[in-house]
Amino acid sequence: MGPRHLVVVGGGMVAQRLVEALRDRDAAGTWRVTVLAEEPRRPYDRVALTTYFSGRDPEDLALGDAALWSDPLVTLRRGEAVTAVDRVARTVTTATGRTERYDHLVLATGSSAWVPPIEGADLEGVFVYRTIDDVAALRGYVEQLATTRPVVRGAVVGGGLLGLEAAGALQALGARTTVLQVGTHLMSAQVDLGGGEALRRLINGLGVGVRVNAATTRIRAHRRGGVGRLDLADGGRVDADVVVVAAGVRPRDELARDAGLATGERGGVVVDDTCLTSDPDVSAVGEVACIQGACIGLVAPGYAMAEVTVDRLLGGAAVFPGADTATKLKLAGVDVASFGDAFGATPGALEVVWADPVGGVYKKLVLSDDARTLLGGVLVGDASAYASLRPMLGRELPGDPSAYLVPAGAGGAPDLELPDDAGVCSCNNVSAGAVRAAVTEHGCTDVAGVKACTRAGTSCGSCLPLVTKLTGTELAKLGVTVSKALCEHFELSRAQLYDAVRVAGLTTFTEVVARFGNGGRGCDICKPAVASILATTAPAHVLEGERAALQDTNDHVMANLQKDGSYSVVPRIPGGEVTPEGLIAIGAVAKDFGLYTKITGGQRIDLFGARIDQLPLIWQRLVDAGFESGHAYGKSLRTVKSCVGSTWCRYGVQDSVALAVLLELRYRGLRSPHKLKLGVSGCARECAEARGKDVGVIATDKGWNLYVGGNGGFTPRHARLLAEDLDTETLIRTIDRFLLYYVRTADRLQRTAPWVDDVEGGLDGLRAVVLDDSLGICADLDAQMERHVEEYEDEWRATLEDPEKLRRFASFVNAPDVPDPSLAYVQERGQVRPATADERAAGTTTDRGGPVLVATTLEVRR
Amino acid sequence: MSAWTPVCRLEDLAPERGVAALLHPVADEQEGGRPAEQVALFRLVDDRVLAVQQHDPFSDAFVMSRGIVGTRTVDGEVRTTVASPMYKQVFDLVTGRCLEAVGKHPVRDLPADLRTYPVRLRDGVVEVGAAPSALVGEPAGREVA
Ligand SMILES: Cc1cc2nc3c(=O)[nH]c(=O)nc-3n(C[C@H](O)[C@H](O)[C@H](O)COP(=O)(O)OP(=O)(O)OC[C@H]3O[C@@H](n4cnc5c(N)ncnc54)[C@H](O)[C@@H]3O)c2cc1C
Ligand code: FES
Repeated sequence: MGPRHLVVVGGGMVAQRLVEALRDRDAAGTWRVTVLAEEPRRPYDRVALTTYFSGRDPEDLALGDAALWSDPLVTLRRGEAVTAVDRVARTVTTATGRTERYDHLVLATGSSAWVPPIEGADLEGVFVYRTIDDVAALRGYVEQLATTRPVVRGAVVGGGLLGLEAAGALQALGARTTVLQVGTHLMSAQVDLGGGEALRRLINGLGVGVRVNAATTRIRAHRRGGVGRLDLADGGRVDADVVVVAAGVRPRDELARDAGLATGERGGVVVDDTCLTSDPDVSAVGEVACIQGACIGLVAPGYAMAEVTVDRLLGGAAVFPGADTATKLKLAGVDVASFGDAFGATPGALEVVWADPVGGVYKKLVLSDDARTLLGGVLVGDASAYASLRPMLGRELPGDPSAYLVPAGAGGAPDLELPDDAGVCSCNNVSAGAVRAAVTEHGCTDVAGVKACTRAGTSCGSCLPLVTKLTGTELAKLGVTVSKALCEHFELSRAQLYDAVRVAGLTTFTEVVARFGNGGRGCDICKPAVASILATTAPAHVLEGERAALQDTNDHVMANLQKDGSYSVVPRIPGGEVTPEGLIAIGAVAKDFGLYTKITGGQRIDLFGARIDQLPLIWQRLVDAGFESGHAYGKSLRTVKSCVGSTWCRYGVQDSVALAVLLELRYRGLRSPHKLKLGVSGCARECAEARGKDVGVIATDKGWNLYVGGNGGFTPRHARLLAEDLDTETLIRTIDRFLLYYVRTADRLQRTAPWVDDVEGGLDGLRAVVLDDSLGICADLDAQMERHVEEYEDEWRATLEDPEKLRRFASFVNAPDVPDPSLAYVQERGQVRPATADERAAGTTTDRGGPVLVATTLEVRR
Repeated sequence: MSAWTPVCRLEDLAPERGVAALLHPVADEQEGGRPAEQVALFRLVDDRVLAVQQHDPFSDAFVMSRGIVGTRTVDGEVRTTVASPMYKQVFDLVTGRCLEAVGKHPVRDLPADLRTYPVRLRDGVVEVGAAPSALVGEPAGREVA
């Protein structure tokens, strides 16, 4: 008998989790699953929908591992809305006429945005906020408006979690926005009046207007078309060119109703604690399910229902554990969280309140009548205690509860030792014990590892501070140092050392290790790190004086060490633009020295198999032909990749090659914590794959879009949008600052993608630093980059001019002209490659010309 | 075998940066004599000179002289070290002992520790002696049939 057929209606967040959990657990393949999804895309992270405004790539919202959808037991049909369920025949029918027979059916249809029946709600310019398509349409509309009028005015109907997120998004799009809340205060479902008042001040601080007790009665059209104004019940009115309705959601239970399944009084498909509906062959999960008497508009309970359903399908006995309704507002600059019994509804509950009305801070804990057990809380303005308090819900708080409310500096919250069964990540249902086990049993050594292993912190991210702390504590218990100390010679992290060295104005390793070190003479970790720091704080040649002793062999001989002890050579080819004469010169060098040649991913040419003593000879030829070091060996700028751009391409809108050349010449030689790659595309087709780069620039018809933090390698990441439609001058200034801020503050060997995540405030925080100068360091960064550009010199040319430096390239100190006898090569596909151990033993190696026994090269010398 | 081979002057060596030296000329080997023996020489900040085999047992390449010189505290004692430039194993420069294998094994089951060579300074000239033969593992030049 083949596998049974599970049909899931709806391809949202909970459906994704259900399929993922099923495929995880059903190793025997007893079920195959078909997901019928109305939206034209794979399930995505709706919780992070607002980030679509800054990222704009639906891929950034992808959920889980994409491989799930190529599992042979999983079928996802997108753009396929189910229109009817026949419970007798056990089939569903879709709008396109497809019929699927099921053995078990799961309704995961979520909710739709509820639009109150007000006149004018169907006008052009009135939007809801639920899907990628909604958000894309809203954005397009606002951008279109912005081209025709100086100020775009926005209004958001609804002052709940969603409304505030939407208001933040509108504001970010440049619209001057007002939030209209029917009730007495903002987020009235989660916070009390006191909290709502503090929240209003914070929201005002963002430049967003707030009107409470403001019931919209009518939306009126503008005489030029589209919306123009909202009328309020109290006779007031609000002008608006765009309106977002965020007045609540309604469960999409229409299929269930039509099929005669029981539904709740206020909607939703009624299910029991096993998530079964009134028909034992049909389950409902997520927002559409009315469980324990209510529909819950949060993802974590939905995930729990998915897990319960899967367990039951596989013969288990799981029941729904009850909903965790803790919430945290995701709006930059506004910290709000509420959890548990936020309103103190439990009989006898006590409230401990701490408020700073001026600072817009309001914090409240709800405790049991003996003031010991934590029942709930509201944190506005400073929700830093949220991550550690939430798991303590229903447990006894150690110590004086008010200690958790006073501001951090003033004593701070006591350290909580969470019990193993306390939930840490409610999105993914991960307990403190599971996080600890990731370290103690599964060998995770950092937060990234723990996230990958447990999934904690991979959804809304609000639990990350706690995950980080637990991970750190566990690692420390294991004796693993989690301090950011560079190595045994320096207590400081790279970023701290950078600052210390810069401020103290030190210029040599001896000074640095004497002043900031722990004794000893450094090592292969701190020496290159200090060399890299000094390269931008006190620029000098890599081989200057004591600095030469700090460099990795790659930087020391300015070439890339290969597995047999030979090196590879890469001349710079800015933007990948090269003349025929240049190509011939490189070709001649390769031919004369018998080098293996390969085109790199960075649009240049790598020459392999050069002996250390050949490097100066090779470079003399290259420098004579007009080439300079490509820094392929350094933790520094590598290349700026470009597509051919508007000069030749039929579709290009800007000259991407010219910009790439300009950028490559500007940043060449810039030493950084890790290698840096840039890309420039001449149009949105993105042929230069700029979004895979640390800095990606994509032409628009108005200028350039700037993306940052893209990395290839072990954990590939797409770059994220930092700023749009910049003119060339602003673009360059912004990249200058981004790069130097990275150079100054990243950890050793930390690439830009994880660094951007680590910057305080993430991408928004970074934007504030480099665009709005929130740290007041931009003038300093600009000056530092000016100096870099002015003082750049080609380090190979400088080396060739200095006999002292050239002496470092001797093969043997007592026989400088004797080539290393250990190198041996064989021919393959018309070029040389290092001989294998067996080939050496068999003596079939070649001197890159004819076969000889011991291989040394007979290059042509000039 | 002459016990000491003069290789260079002390001032030819930069502090904390290695160089390679040949103990027997390659010509000897080509004429059927002893294989060329490559050593890595390091001058420390206090002008001591230390020598170990140039062959890196973990990568099978002759590169030890190109590693970064430093120190490491082992059991409370500060040891002078060199890290292989290839896969970053750390060796004690005085004893040749491999202090950190970074999860790798030497090729062909060679000893993980480096052979050390005695070094002396005569009138400013650095001289390298023969490695104690008991410790000789891999010949320092490759043997090719
Ligand atoms: C902007 C925003 C921010 C949010 N922030 C948070 C937050 O911070 N924390 C939190 O916990 N929750 C948050 N939520 C709520 C969270 O996104 C939902 O709880 C979660 O998505 C519910 O998952 P679901 O699978 O039940 O429904 P959905 O994700 O809505 O998926 C249902 C899917 O079913 C499809 N569908 C419906 N009917 C049919 C049909 N007949 N045939 C085929 N397909 C159908 C729909 O098109 C939809 O794609 C937020 C929501 C939004 C919009
Ligand atoms: S609580 Fe949302 S990711 Fe952990």
